[in-house]
Amino acid sequence: MKLFLRNTRCRILCMGFVMFFIAGCRNENSKIHSTDITVEKKNAKIETPEYLEGKKYFNQYCMACHMQDGMGVPGMNPPLVKTSWVLGDKARLIGVVLNGLSGDIEINGELYSNSMGSFATLEDKEIALVLSYVRQSFGNDAGPVTQEEVAKVRASIK
Amino acid sequence: MKSYLLVAVILFVVFFNSCNNYSKQDVFHGLNLDPVNDSLTLPGNFGLVVVSEGVGKARHIYVRDNGDIYVNLESKVEDSSLVALRDTNGDGWAEDVKYFDNYRGTGIAIDGNYLYASSRTEVFRYTFDGNELLPNLNKDTLISGFEAKSNHHPKGFTFDKLGHIYVNVGSPSNACMEQFRTPNSLGKDPCPELEFNAGIWKFNKNKINQTQQIDGIKYATGIRNAMALDWSEANGGLYAISHGRDQLNTLWPGQWTDEENAELPSEEFFKVDEGDDFGWPYCYHDRFQNKKVLAPEYGGDGKIIGRCEDVKEPLIGFPAHWAPMDLLFYTGDMFPERYKNGAFIAFHGSWNRAPLEQKGHRVVFVPFKDGKLATDKWEDFAVGFPHTEHVTGSSRPKYRPIGLAQGPDGSLYIADSRVGKIWRIIYMGK
Ligand code: HEC
Repeated sequence: MKLFLRNTRCRILCMGFVMFFIAGCRNENSKIHSTDITVEKKNAKIETPEYLEGKKYFNQYCMACHMQDGMGVPGMNPPLVKTSWVLGDKARLIGVVLNGLSGDIEINGELYSNSMGSFATLEDKEIALVLSYVRQSFGNDAGPVTQEEVAKVRASIK
Repeated sequence: MKSYLLVAVILFVVFFNSCNNYSKQDVFHGLNLDPVNDSLTLPGNFGLVVVSEGVGKARHIYVRDNGDIYVNLESKVEDSSLVALRDTNGDGWAEDVKYFDNYRGTGIAIDGNYLYASSRTEVFRYTFDGNELLPNLNKDTLISGFEAKSNHHPKGFTFDKLGHIYVNVGSPSNACMEQFRTPNSLGKDPCPELEFNAGIWKFNKNKINQTQQIDGIKYATGIRNAMALDWSEANGGLYAISHGRDQLNTLWPGQWTDEENAELPSEEFFKVDEGDDFGWPYCYHDRFQNKKVLAPEYGGDGKIIGRCEDVKEPLIGFPAHWAPMDLLFYTGDMFPERYKNGAFIAFHGSWNRAPLEQKGHRVVFVPFKDGKLATDKWEDFAVGFPHTEHVTGSSRPKYRPIGLAQGPDGSLYIADSRVGKIWRIIYMGK
């Protein structure tokens, strides 16, 4: 090391070559490891007017935390990709939007600990559209949520 | 001629080693330097050693004067949430790793023979009997009574030289709205959260079984969340850097665009003196106007100052949403003179810039001189933490800086929150 450092010209030369070779190999080293869930970018759904309206509400109300691709933020805001909340019991899903959610929840082994506010100020129709969009995007493929279903849950929590 | 031969030999060695992630062919004072700085970009003549590939989801980190390393974890590993590491042969890599105790927290520091660590609602104290890696696990509860909450729970803390401990108590909400994070909801006035939250509380560091309500002194208020705090003797006291509010665009639709939200408000770096009020939730800092303005929850429009006239301003407003997680004043002798008593800040990186590109995960340096900021400029120190993926409005760095510590030789340790990787930065120029 000492010997190596003593000769400046050699050092610069070596560094150049070293950088060159390292750069060649770095692709391998810094290969992207997705520690998170695989993102599925393709949306199988046909973009109907309802779907696009749901997407608009999603971008307006939900994207800030769950991100445009529904992948959320590690440790803070959970993903909306194939979670039991999104794909499971619709009343529970509607309840999340109407009541908000806080406390730690664990999804796919990762804890999320931010809090979500209530979106009870949205109309039943808007909630139905946004949740239908969520259930049919980001690789999710579940049936829509109707305005009536939202109304029913809203009545039950009043 | 001789030197060309040397070049050829070195090239040969480097070529065959550099494709291997874990190859170490540089040695400095016995430490195995990472030949490519683990792909991080550091200033000239700085290098690094990988201490651990991952101890679990790390928060703050502290290095004892014998070189042993302590990390508080956000999630449990093997049912434990504190971890101690020891490098037994001096090569920099920690061979001996021991997990202990089991709450999830943030703060960790050693003072004298005591190890202090915080959960979300308490600060505990452990005793070292000697040079052993693990302290006596019969711990004392130093402070309890902090409100349990899911936002801004990290209890970062630091000590002064007069026997006190200062604990960050973050705000339970984003902006003290009547309806939590709900569009167009007004702010509670006065904000009741300020009574026992959103400030820095001062306690006796030597007295066990204190509670926030009875023993805590509200040292400063109006601080949304400053888990990054440190005491600097050379710079005259306590400093902290707080996370600014989120969601101006989505909570106040039509008033702030996505582009404006991505750049507002500032992450505020401030000097904290007893009795200071930094204005949360009524005010936020705009680094373009270089002042505090009234928050929309209290009638603000991005320009009105109103009741924010008298609140204390930050020393520096950092770019919005970068998420400052740790602050460390450098007192070591290893780094060049200009680093002495300057501040290192670990930024976790944003999430609230969506749909714009997320930014900020890095370690920066703020030079200080003669007990004050040297300039109002800061500089990048460690950047280039790799991403797993770039999607519009979404970024998932593979590593995110969250904890900083100084080793007894003056090395700077950086801990990552994703897997708990630990790097030790050293200066080789001397
Ligand atoms: C302020 C940030 C924020 C906003 C805005 C937000 N969420 Fe959430 N969301 C969260 C957090 C945080 C959780 C987990 C709460 C917890 O940890 O208890 C969550 C949980 C969920 C869950 C259940 C867990 C899962 O991942 O499947 C669903 C479903 C959900 N949100 C849907 C939505 C929808 C739909 C919208 C828009 C109408 C929305 N969220 C807006 C932060 C947010």
